[in-house]
Amino acid sequence: MSEFAVELRDVSKVFGDIVAVDHVSMGIRHNEFFALLGPSGCGKTTSLRIIAGFERPTSGEVYIDNKAMGATPPFQRNVNTVFQSYALFPHMTVEQNIGFGLEMKGVSKAEIARRVGEALELVRLPHMAKRYPRQMSGGQQQRVALARALVNRPKVLLLDEPLGALDAKLRKEMQIELKTLQREVGITFIFVTHDQEEALSMSDRIAVFSKGKVLQIGTPLEIYERPTSRFVADFIGETNFLTGKVTQMDGEFAQIVINGGATFRGRAMQGVQVGREATLSVRPEKLQLVEQADGGVNCYEVIVRSIAYVGSDTRVEVMLGEHRIDVWEQNTVSTLDPNYFFKPGERAWLSFKPENALVLAE
Amino acid sequence: MRLAGLMAPGAFWLFVFFFVPLLIMAGISFLSRDRLGFPTLPLTLQNYWEIVRDIRFAPSISLAGGLTIRLFEGLYLELFWRSIWLSLLSTLITLFIAFPVALFMARLPSRYRNLALFLVMIPFWTNFLVRTYALQFMLRGNGPINTLLSALGLEPIDLLFTPAAIMLGLVYGNLPFMILPLYTSLEKFDWTMIEAANDLGADMLRAFQRVMLPLISPGLLAGSILTFVPAIGSYITVELMGGGRTNLIGYAIAQQFSASVNWPFGSAMSLLMMIIVTFAAVLYFRSGRGEYRNVI
Repeated sequence: MSEFAVELRDVSKVFGDIVAVDHVSMGIRHNEFFALLGPSGCGKTTSLRIIAGFERPTSGEVYIDNKAMGATPPFQRNVNTVFQSYALFPHMTVEQNIGFGLEMKGVSKAEIARRVGEALELVRLPHMAKRYPRQMSGGQQQRVALARALVNRPKVLLLDEPLGALDAKLRKEMQIELKTLQREVGITFIFVTHDQEEALSMSDRIAVFSKGKVLQIGTPLEIYERPTSRFVADFIGETNFLTGKVTQMDGEFAQIVINGGATFRGRAMQGVQVGREATLSVRPEKLQLVEQADGGVNCYEVIVRSIAYVGSDTRVEVMLGEHRIDVWEQNTVSTLDPNYFFKPGERAWLSFKPENALVLAE
Repeated sequence: MRLAGLMAPGAFWLFVFFFVPLLIMAGISFLSRDRLGFPTLPLTLQNYWEIVRDIRFAPSISLAGGLTIRLFEGLYLELFWRSIWLSLLSTLITLFIAFPVALFMARLPSRYRNLALFLVMIPFWTNFLVRTYALQFMLRGNGPINTLLSALGLEPIDLLFTPAAIMLGLVYGNLPFMILPLYTSLEKFDWTMIEAANDLGADMLRAFQRVMLPLISPGLLAGSILTFVPAIGSYITVELMGGGRTNLIGYAIAQQFSASVNWPFGSAMSLLMMIIVTFAAVLYFRSGRGEYRNVI
């Protein structure tokens, strides 16, 4: 058995003069919860549709369970899809919808009834069998769509922004439920989303897409803490970028002089070279503001520009010369004293540890 | 209540110009015929008896022009049967021609769709009679088709005044009435449904049968009724394209009111036809219950 449940090898898809998917290669492991993450129009949904068989790649090949798919039509692939719009059949009841796939496979009526019942239990809708989709809420329809796909016991379940149509609260609930469900059924889930928080909290691994290309594949931790490109650092979470020139490299670290003269040290990412342009990326929660210079590296005097108290943390905007920098300070002390916080116009010292910042090659 | 108020003019109109004449016609069908052929007392069932009496039990099997098995025979029975059969066939042919057109239109980019609709409706702006005469001209012995045939050195063929010519006329005349409701259904159709069916293991044929057909059935039924009903009552097409050689029920009824001057008998034939067609339609709808019920 191959390591991968699904593998894309150098897959491209061209529509007219638009390259929707641009030489994408990735392997999705067995029983993995794998997210395709990116802004709209980045090629993530097209990639999913290629795996499902709705689109044929212009070049490259898709392997499911180590078998090249070629022109295999969707109805002969051992994958099932949960559509963004759910695509439930409006003229069929919930149980007819869920049983449709089994019926197509020629499963006996008794067996269909049994498995539809199980599937309804699984998605916690046991009393809804005779309803029609239009008589159900969005969240319930979503679960029917899940049950309709899972009842076929596919090798891989493809989910195209399945939570996109739900309101924020239901979305959070379904995120947890989906994750639990995936562990329970032990099926590989490939999940398309543009919501980075959703991808981070649910996935085992994430592929970040931009303009048809996969920029980075990694665990949520790797994607957040070690983005290899400016796009990924920017798209996932919040970050401060300071551009400048690399002046020194030693081991894992690089020194960068930003426009305006300040010198910073950070973790050197791939492709960083002395004398080249580079970007320092440091996340707001990894910065500290102190009243006195600590005399270490990466410590510069700044002016507080604005301050926003958001409960769990305080978001401070500071100016380092002409550069605007966001600092998020966690409110670890319970206080009612307004003087505890910095005020606009005050001077402060900004500092961070070199291992908490990244120097990116672009 | 407000809706009832809005409906009032339409209801009044239907009552005065449809329901009342229908009652009058039903009444006439039970009257006798005076010397000039107009309805008069006494009341009688004679008009219906004429039709029923004509039906004889006469089982026969013939191989002339394909296998035909008959249990009954009779002039009016054959007239009714031929009318229904021809109208059904014309509806079916119209459907098969209209479906690809409607499908093509529904899949056009939206900015071309209105243009396509416009093109479908253009022929309506010409009088139906004029269009039928034009069609007649096309099929005539010295018309363009036969001129072309003889120019190619082929024998001219008798096209006009055949059942095929009637069929051509019916299909041509009814095509837009089939295309428009079908288009409306297909335009609303969510093609993700087909993908969902494919995804669940249905090949194209089964996705069509189980998902597309039930979902577009409102348009399919509306188009079929809008095609079948005018076909079975058609008079002009039968007259001009069939030349009176193929008698159909609509034509025969018209004859009773004009040349034959027998209003009571014409009324009885009309009413009987209406009852048969309505009954058949109800049966047809009932058979389509289940999955279809929820979309109609």
